[in-house]
Amino acid sequence: MSTKIFKHIQTSAVPLPIENIDTDQIIPARFLKATTREGFGNNLFRDWRFDNNGNPKQDFVLNEPIYSGKVLVAGKNFGCGSSREHAAWALADYGFDAVVSSFFADIFKGNALNNGLLPVQVSDDFLKKIFDAIYADPHAVIEIDLVDQFIKIVASGEQESFEVNPYKKACMTNGYDDIDYILSKKELVVEFENR
Amino acid sequence: MGQTLFDKIWDAHVVSSNEGFPDILYIDTHFIHEVTSPQAFDGLRTRGLPVFRPKQTVATADHNVPTWDQHLPIKEELSRYQVDMLTKNCAEFGIELYGLGHPFQGIVHVIGPELGITRPGGTYVCGDSHTSTHGAFGAIAFGIGTSQVEQVMATQCLLQSRPKRMKIEVNGKLQNGVGAKDIILYIIAQISAAGGTGYAVEYAGDTIRSLSMEGRMTICNMSIEMGARCGLIAPDETTINYVKGREFAPKGEDWDKAVAYWQTLYSDDDADFDSVLSFKAEDIEPMITYGTNPGMGIGVTQHVPETASFEQKEQGSYKKALDYMGLHDDEQLLGKPIDYVFIGSCTNSRIEDLRQVAEFVKGKHKADNVTVWIVPGSKQVQEQAIREGLDKVFDAAGFPLREPGCSACLGMNEDKIPAGKYCVSTSNRNFEGRQGPNSRTFLASPLTAAASAITGKVTDIREFLKEEELV
Repeated sequence: MSTKIFKHIQTSAVPLPIENIDTDQIIPARFLKATTREGFGNNLFRDWRFDNNGNPKQDFVLNEPIYSGKVLVAGKNFGCGSSREHAAWALADYGFDAVVSSFFADIFKGNALNNGLLPVQVSDDFLKKIFDAIYADPHAVIEIDLVDQFIKIVASGEQESFEVNPYKKACMTNGYDDIDYILSKKELVVEFENR
Repeated sequence: MGQTLFDKIWDAHVVSSNEGFPDILYIDTHFIHEVTSPQAFDGLRTRGLPVFRPKQTVATADHNVPTWDQHLPIKEELSRYQVDMLTKNCAEFGIELYGLGHPFQGIVHVIGPELGITRPGGTYVCGDSHTSTHGAFGAIAFGIGTSQVEQVMATQCLLQSRPKRMKIEVNGKLQNGVGAKDIILYIIAQISAAGGTGYAVEYAGDTIRSLSMEGRMTICNMSIEMGARCGLIAPDETTINYVKGREFAPKGEDWDKAVAYWQTLYSDDDADFDSVLSFKAEDIEPMITYGTNPGMGIGVTQHVPETASFEQKEQGSYKKALDYMGLHDDEQLLGKPIDYVFIGSCTNSRIEDLRQVAEFVKGKHKADNVTVWIVPGSKQVQEQAIREGLDKVFDAAGFPLREPGCSACLGMNEDKIPAGKYCVSTSNRNFEGRQGPNSRTFLASPLTAAASAITGKVTDIREFLKEEELV
C-alpha cells in the first residue's frame, strides 16, 4: 500500500512554545474510542482548545486566526507519553504536514513518520529563531525540504539541516510502506522461525 | 568486547540486517487490546492479509472496561462498541482473547507476566507505551503505534533501529517505607522526562537485584516516562522462581533448556554502554510528583522548586504546570488535603502491591474527605486477593476492592477524577487531564497512597511506620 508522499513544503507556521507536550494533550484518552483513523483533528489539543462547554478558548493558538499553516512549531520533548498513534492522526487530520521541535519522543516520531507527518528536529537556537520570526510576523514563511534535509526561515534566509533516517526518508518521498518491505522478505522470516 | 544484555537479546531476534535500513526484528509475542488494534485489523482487511502468527498474539480488554459490575453489559456505548469490535476481530483472525468474564482477563502488562507468557530473552510489543514493563524479566519489550501493530500482525516482525544502551545502577539499602515506585520516580526526577530518550535502559546494582519481580516490573514500567525505548533487568533466581509453574511457562525438558539459556542473559563485565548513571538507595525518600510530567517529582518532605531556579526558556512551561496543579513556588505538599486516592494501573496493581496496602491499612479507616479506588490489575490478582481475605481488609478501611482494568490511570472508563480535585495515584502519568478533564494528579507509591488515604492529606509514610514501631 502506498502512503502519503512528502518532499517539500513552504508555508506559514503555528507557534506552540510549550515543552514536554504529551500525547494526552494532543488527543485526550476519552477520544480514543473511535475505531477508524478519521476525524481526530476535531479534537486535536481538545482541552487546551475548548472549554468544558465545547467553546473555543480564545487564547489558544489554534483559535487565533492570525496563525495558520501546515507546520506546528513546538517546545522540546514533543509527543512524550502514551504511544497512541491517534496523536499523529489528529495532527495530520487537522492539516499539519510537519512538526518542528528541538526534541521528539521516540514513539511519536515513529508514528508521525508512518503517517506522512514529518518530525523536524532543530537545535534550541534555531527553534528560538523560528519562534522569533513567527512572533515578528505571523505570516512568516518556513520552507522544509525533505529531499535535501533542510529547514529555512524564508525571509531571513537562515537555515539548518536536519537528520532523518534514510530508510524513512525513502518511504516518505516515495510513498513506500513498511509492511510491503517486510513482506518482500517473508522467506527470511520463515527461515528465522525454523532456525 | 563483551555484549550488553540488550544486544544479546536483540541479536538473537534479528531476521535481517541491511545497511541503510532498520533491522527486521522478530517479535515473540504481540499483546493487543481494544483501543489501539481496530484500525490495524482494518488495515489487514484492506490489504487482504491474515494475522501471520495468531498463536503468538494475545488479546485482552482493559483500557475501556468498567471496574464495577463487569458481569453487566458495558454502559458506555462507544466503550462497549470498541470492546465488541475486539471480540469480533479476534474471532475473525483466530486470536485468543482474554476478554471480560475470562479468568485471565486484566491489564495487558499484568496478565502477560502472571500467565508465564513473558519470559527472559523474549521480544514483546504492544500498542501501549507501558509494554516496557515486561523488560523486568530480562526481555526486550516496548510500546508501538497502531501502524506497527498492523505490521506485527502482518509479519510477526518490526522494522526497528537499534537504540543506544544506558545502564542505571542503584546500590545500597533503601529506607524503611521506600520501594520500587520511589526508586523510579527518583531516577526520572533526576534525569527528566526526556533523559532516557533514544536508549534501552538496563537497571542494575544490588538495590535493583534485591527487588521482587513486582518491584522490578514497577521500575521497568516507568522507563517510558523518562523517554526510554525500553527498560530491562537481567534475569536471576528471583526471575526464574517467578516464571516457574505459571500457566504458559515451559515445562519439563523445555523448562530446563529455557533456564540454561536464561542463565546466559546478562551484560558482560566489559560490555560497552553509551551512558552509565549511578544512584545511592540511601538518598531516596518516599517520592511524590507536583507537576504535569513524571519528571516533576520531589521527596515527600521537600518543597516545590522555585520558578527562578529554571532557565528562562523553561519558565513558561513550568509556570503553566504549577498553575494547572494549583500550586505555588516553594509550597510544601506534605499535609496538603487531597480528594481521591487511586491504587491500581499497570505500575502498581499486582498482588504484592495489594498485600502491602492491606497490611498497612488493616485496622485503619480512610479519611472522610477522601474517595479511594483500589483496582486489581487482573482477574487473577482479584481472586488471589479475595482468597487471602484482603478484600475484607479494604472493605473495613472504607474502600471496596473493584474489578480489573486500567481504570483511573487514564480515565477511559467512568473512573474519572473530577475537575480541580487532587488525587494521590499509584499510576504512571500526571499529565494534564490524564485522570479526567482538569484533574490533578500526585504520583506516589502504594504505601504513600495508602497513608494519604488514611489521613486525607499528603503523608510521609515514614512517620506512620515510626509510630507503629513504637506501639
